[in-house]
Amino acid sequence: MTIMRSVRRLAAVLVFVAPTAAFAAGGHVALDTAPIDQHDVASLQRGARNFVNYCLNCHSAQYMRYNRLADLGLTDQQIKDNLMFASDKVGDPMTIAMKAKDAKQWFGAQPPDLSVIARSRGADWLYTYLRTYYRDESRPTGWNNIAFPDVGMPHVLWELQGLQDLEAAKHGAEGEHGGHAAPKLTLTQAGSMTPKQYDAFVADLVNYLVYMGEPARLQRAQIGILTLLFLGVLFVFAYLLKKEYWKDVH
Amino acid sequence: MANSSSPSGSKRRFLLTVATAAVGGAGAVAVAVPFVRSMNPSARARAAGAPVEVDISKVEPGMMITVEWRGQPVWIVHRTPEMLANIPKMNDRVADPESSQPLQPAYVDKETRSIKPDYLVLVGICSHLGCSPTEKLKIGADSGLGDEWLGGFYCPCHGSKFDVAGRVLKGMPAPVNLKVPPYTFLSDSRILIGQDKS
Amino acid sequence: MSKIAALTQWIDDRFPLTSNWKSHLSEYYAPKNFNFWYYFGSLALLVLVIQILSGIFLTMHYKPDASQAFASVEYIMRDVPSGWLVRYIHSTGASMFFVVVYLHMMRGLLYGSFRKPRELVWIFGMLIYLCLMAEAFFGYLLPWGQMSYWGAQVIVNLFSAVPFIGEELSVWIRGDYVVSDATLNRFFAFHVIAIPLVLLGLVAAHIIALHEVGSNNPDGIEIKKKKDPKTGIPLDGIAFHPYYTVKDIVGVVVFLMVFSIIIFFMPEVGGYFLEYNNFIPADPLKTPPHIAPVWYFTPYYAMLRAVPAMLGSQFPGVIVMGLGVMVFFLLPWLDRGKVKSIRYRGPKYKVWLTLFVISFVILAWLGMNPTDFLGKFPGSTLEMATFLARVFTVVYFAFFILMPWYTATDKEKPEPERVTG
Repeated sequence: MTIMRSVRRLAAVLVFVAPTAAFAAGGHVALDTAPIDQHDVASLQRGARNFVNYCLNCHSAQYMRYNRLADLGLTDQQIKDNLMFASDKVGDPMTIAMKAKDAKQWFGAQPPDLSVIARSRGADWLYTYLRTYYRDESRPTGWNNIAFPDVGMPHVLWELQGLQDLEAAKHGAEGEHGGHAAPKLTLTQAGSMTPKQYDAFVADLVNYLVYMGEPARLQRAQIGILTLLFLGVLFVFAYLLKKEYWKDVH
Repeated sequence: MANSSSPSGSKRRFLLTVATAAVGGAGAVAVAVPFVRSMNPSARARAAGAPVEVDISKVEPGMMITVEWRGQPVWIVHRTPEMLANIPKMNDRVADPESSQPLQPAYVDKETRSIKPDYLVLVGICSHLGCSPTEKLKIGADSGLGDEWLGGFYCPCHGSKFDVAGRVLKGMPAPVNLKVPPYTFLSDSRILIGQDKS
Repeated sequence: MSKIAALTQWIDDRFPLTSNWKSHLSEYYAPKNFNFWYYFGSLALLVLVIQILSGIFLTMHYKPDASQAFASVEYIMRDVPSGWLVRYIHSTGASMFFVVVYLHMMRGLLYGSFRKPRELVWIFGMLIYLCLMAEAFFGYLLPWGQMSYWGAQVIVNLFSAVPFIGEELSVWIRGDYVVSDATLNRFFAFHVIAIPLVLLGLVAAHIIALHEVGSNNPDGIEIKKKKDPKTGIPLDGIAFHPYYTVKDIVGVVVFLMVFSIIIFFMPEVGGYFLEYNNFIPADPLKTPPHIAPVWYFTPYYAMLRAVPAMLGSQFPGVIVMGLGVMVFFLLPWLDRGKVKSIRYRGPKYKVWLTLFVISFVILAWLGMNPTDFLGKFPGSTLEMATFLARVFTVVYFAFFILMPWYTATDKEKPEPERVTG
């Protein structure tokens, strides 16, 4: 009974929020800041493994080549042994065997390609989304999500996280359009990971997704610093040259 | 305006112009680098041209398979003892019996043109004008090339003939032997084409 | 005669090399009092070169095919060596082009650069601006993301508001009943060859016209009126080369620093230069919840939305938006002031120009956001944002329409005889 009420209550919040929730910047759902570090190679490697093990069965990353993971300090052999199916070549992109038509039949929609998901959704949204699944019997999958209302994907990671239930927000008068109180999730059945471990697991995964969205990211910052240093030197000469010539102009 | 370029001022002016032009020119060259680089083979092209691993355990003696490497046909022939015995017999009928032209990696035997004599690996592109020859491994009249034929390859475009080591016969349109790609045996039954023996 | 002089002579006998060098650079006399606002002309030329160069190299890898376009952009970003850099140069260049051109136009408004005898300079400049808008619009479809697709869909549908022929016209533009592969293919043709050709011709005309009449300056006085009786050189003029070439190099270096910071550290500029939703492949069945054009079009987009449909037609809004751009052409004939520069204008022009700039910025901000983002007026169905857009659209047009009156009656200060540095 209380569950149904809270679901209805949440639905009200979500109707209000829905038009903006799909935005990377967040809209009205308070997003948790993803604790990620693109320089943390160990985290990126763990994230890559998490991605390959849990996401790459249904979601492709068709613009990402396995051997690009050399960016993360992995050799071709390590990539082959740990992250790939034997039938793939190390230069192949991360595609999946599932056909679009089948996917549509099984899930109602084709699971989106995740190559650039971090660029459209943003790290914070992904970090929040993967941690805010809760049980909702009114949904066909039995799952719902705070960051992604009426999400099509079931909670693939529930064995790790455990089960969460939505708890009605404590304050805020009834009927006040959902109020501003954030919906609260409580863990009703523990998963194989502690909440802290699970958060770290998701952070690694999101870290990897951000990397995969733009593998040139780290490289561009390095080149950028060199470029600016060079332009600084050029500026000094150009400025002195201008000063020198403009001595003529009175 | 007034032009008052004292001799010392003009020297400084000249040096600063040279310095600015030199640094600016270096910058222009540096900017050209990514543009020039972008015309190199992409990761996709390199992945498509990556070494190809081939399982040869199912290639029976006398059989030939064709695999694709860098968009070209590569033949792998499992040669029978009879085929191998025919190679020396062809020595005076082929143009370059000792493979003096650099058309094969250094680690390949010059006469049999292979690492292991049993397995011949060749790029199946005629050295004449780039057609892909057909296999004529059968010996004698069965091959359709006359009784004298000791097995090899025949190019349908201009009639070039090659022996069972890919050596071109004398007096053919094709000037040189067929090319042997870099390859290496990963095990007795697996070949990696496109990578030199390490 | 040295070898170089001999070669120069050989060329000069066949091609006007030295005379062109002199008339456009070493003996083109520009006022000596150019300030900060005068960098943006040469910078616009620089960005044009950057865009053409980076564009050529992108064309080598991009596929103008609805089924491959999005993937080919990601291919450039990942698989092509340094492709990400070339692409970011181009995407940043697109926005920076408008930054530079808007500042360049602002200079014209500040110092009366559109006034007699520079009317044609201004008109060629405006035509360049129109071409640039077309170029940006066609180019924005090419990545084939959600914003590309729906942006093109909305803009092309504006043409269907044209009375009588609208429907056929928009189908003709698209080459299909919706934005599709055919649309992408033709937009590609316009983006990479048709518009750039026109653009280059107009840029040449803009510079030739400018060098015919001579440059304006922050004092808005004609330096050609006071010449050295012996040499015939304007007393306040200095040779463009070397004085302004060395000065512009400094400007170029500073500009490239800003450009590099964007490319290397913030290529998306918070979603303004590269929109987040454009990293989702175009989906003709699903519109993103909020679509808006890229920032440089948003003032006009806000005007479009501000005008209510009349007689069941969106056409009035389209007209207002079009006039918002076109009205700039009339500036040389609307301004009745006696002085050109803001330095000697009276208070009325200063106030109106300030109001105009404020309206432009606020309209841009409104155009970036959904119409309901400020909420409704209490007890009314009118959206606050729509109301603001209407007010500032009126102010925007009033700046132009009332100009003949407020400039004619303004209390102007006397212009100096010579430039004031």
